[in-house]
Amino acid sequence: MIYMDHSATSPVDPEVLEAMEPYFTDSFGNASTLYSLGREARTAMESARKQVASIIGATPDEIIFTSGGTESDNIAIKGTVFKLKKKGNHIITSAIEHPAVDETCKYLEKNGFQVTYLPVGEDGIVSVSDLKDAITDKTVLITVMHANNEIGTIQPIKEIGEVAAEKNIYFHTDAVQSVGKIPVDVKELKVDMLSISAHKLYGPKGIGALYIRKGIRLEPIIHGGGHERGIRPGTENVAGAVGLGKACEIAERYLEKNSRSLTSIRDRLINGVLSEIEESHLNGHPTIRLPNNAHFRFTGIEGESLVLHLDFKGIAASTGSACSSKKLEPSHVLMALGMDEVQAHGSLRLTLGKENTAEEVDYVIESVKGAVGTLRSLSPLWCQTEE
Amino acid sequence: MYSEKVMEHFSNPRNVGEIEDADGVGTVGNPVCGDLMTIYIKVKDNIIEDIKFKTFGCGAAIATSSMVTEMAMGKTIEEALKITRTNVADELEGLPPVKMHCSNLAADALHAAIDDYKKRKGGEGEEKKAED
Repeated sequence: MIYMDHSATSPVDPEVLEAMEPYFTDSFGNASTLYSLGREARTAMESARKQVASIIGATPDEIIFTSGGTESDNIAIKGTVFKLKKKGNHIITSAIEHPAVDETCKYLEKNGFQVTYLPVGEDGIVSVSDLKDAITDKTVLITVMHANNEIGTIQPIKEIGEVAAEKNIYFHTDAVQSVGKIPVDVKELKVDMLSISAHKLYGPKGIGALYIRKGIRLEPIIHGGGHERGIRPGTENVAGAVGLGKACEIAERYLEKNSRSLTSIRDRLINGVLSEIEESHLNGHPTIRLPNNAHFRFTGIEGESLVLHLDFKGIAASTGSACSSKKLEPSHVLMALGMDEVQAHGSLRLTLGKENTAEEVDYVIESVKGAVGTLRSLSPLWCQTEE
Repeated sequence: MYSEKVMEHFSNPRNVGEIEDADGVGTVGNPVCGDLMTIYIKVKDNIIEDIKFKTFGCGAAIATSSMVTEMAMGKTIEEALKITRTNVADELEGLPPVKMHCSNLAADALHAAIDDYKKRKGGEGEEKKAED
């Protein structure tokens, strides 16, 4: 099988698994206990916290372990606006956020908050001047993702961070797709909160982290035994935290090398598809995108069918639309880029990983070409295009 | 998520194409969920002697199109009109619930093609949905 769906999830690195294993069995202690078995677990947690802090240029006491990206986003967003509700009730986000942010904002909207969804251009990037215009004296939070999970576009986080700092508004970014793939430094980006997920960077599922800049206080949205400074109570997932830490350490060590080689095979994939297949288009910005993301649309065909055909050829890919999931509406991200429904449904996302090779990319180009041809021969829309 | 029968029709669809001198053509679609299908029929002595389809859509849309052409081939117009969305889904050993309404439009396309045939023949066509 050729796996090209790394933005959905990635396999656990064997080195990560090895690091985690002792914490399921021999060192199973509760990290909040006093005896040596518990202290062992605590030491492992704290060393993992350092590794996570290091990859984003934070200090360990600014890192909270969570169950993943979705929880980190919820804690940051709800935790901020509940804390600051006397100050204001306005949130600014983008039109292309992951559902973990988008649905959280929609929930808050139903509960008395006001939300501005910044539009994006055709290239999938928000405008900083739109952001400035959207700020009111009631704005308490800006949350804009670092890199988009569908089209891989990278947002001008540093510029947004500067605006937020100048206006004294809290700024959160969902960096689930970017950490481990491109350099992320919280000080340079001027973010106050940042969400991380382990399974997108060769760590295990079910663990993530939230960076909370020193001095920021959030209202807890989960209540319990006071773990993780009361922000995320619940017995610590020690093995998970160790896995996330190790995954961050490895990703940091090879960041430059992996980013370079991914960019090279990604460009081979993009150029191959665009030159081999007529009426194929790249979605998102041509260069301001994650090194591992290629997102296409093909006139006259529908994405789910294409994904199924690629599966017949042993390729795991993802549709750009949400048609394969529970919702049938086209992707809100692609619609925000200004596509119509039919265009949005004709999309394919290929997200590369460090184990993919140039040979695999060539096989995928051929397979996509074949599958697109087959589906176009069935399509009433392709005939219309030809006429 | 799809049954084996759905995958079988999807990977090896029957009766793909257009009929140049069709006696009836029916197109239905729902661009919001990304499905559009056209069915062409050739009728002789009240019997559907040829039927073809073209479909833009997901796995369910293509499989139901293929299935409905197989079900209607050789049937009388009256028999073909009795084919419902549920019949098509049943023949395919079921469809995921989310696809039942949005992508299961093939019976509607068949009915639209028959309606077109009737209109061309005597102008007595009537709009009829294939819902149960």
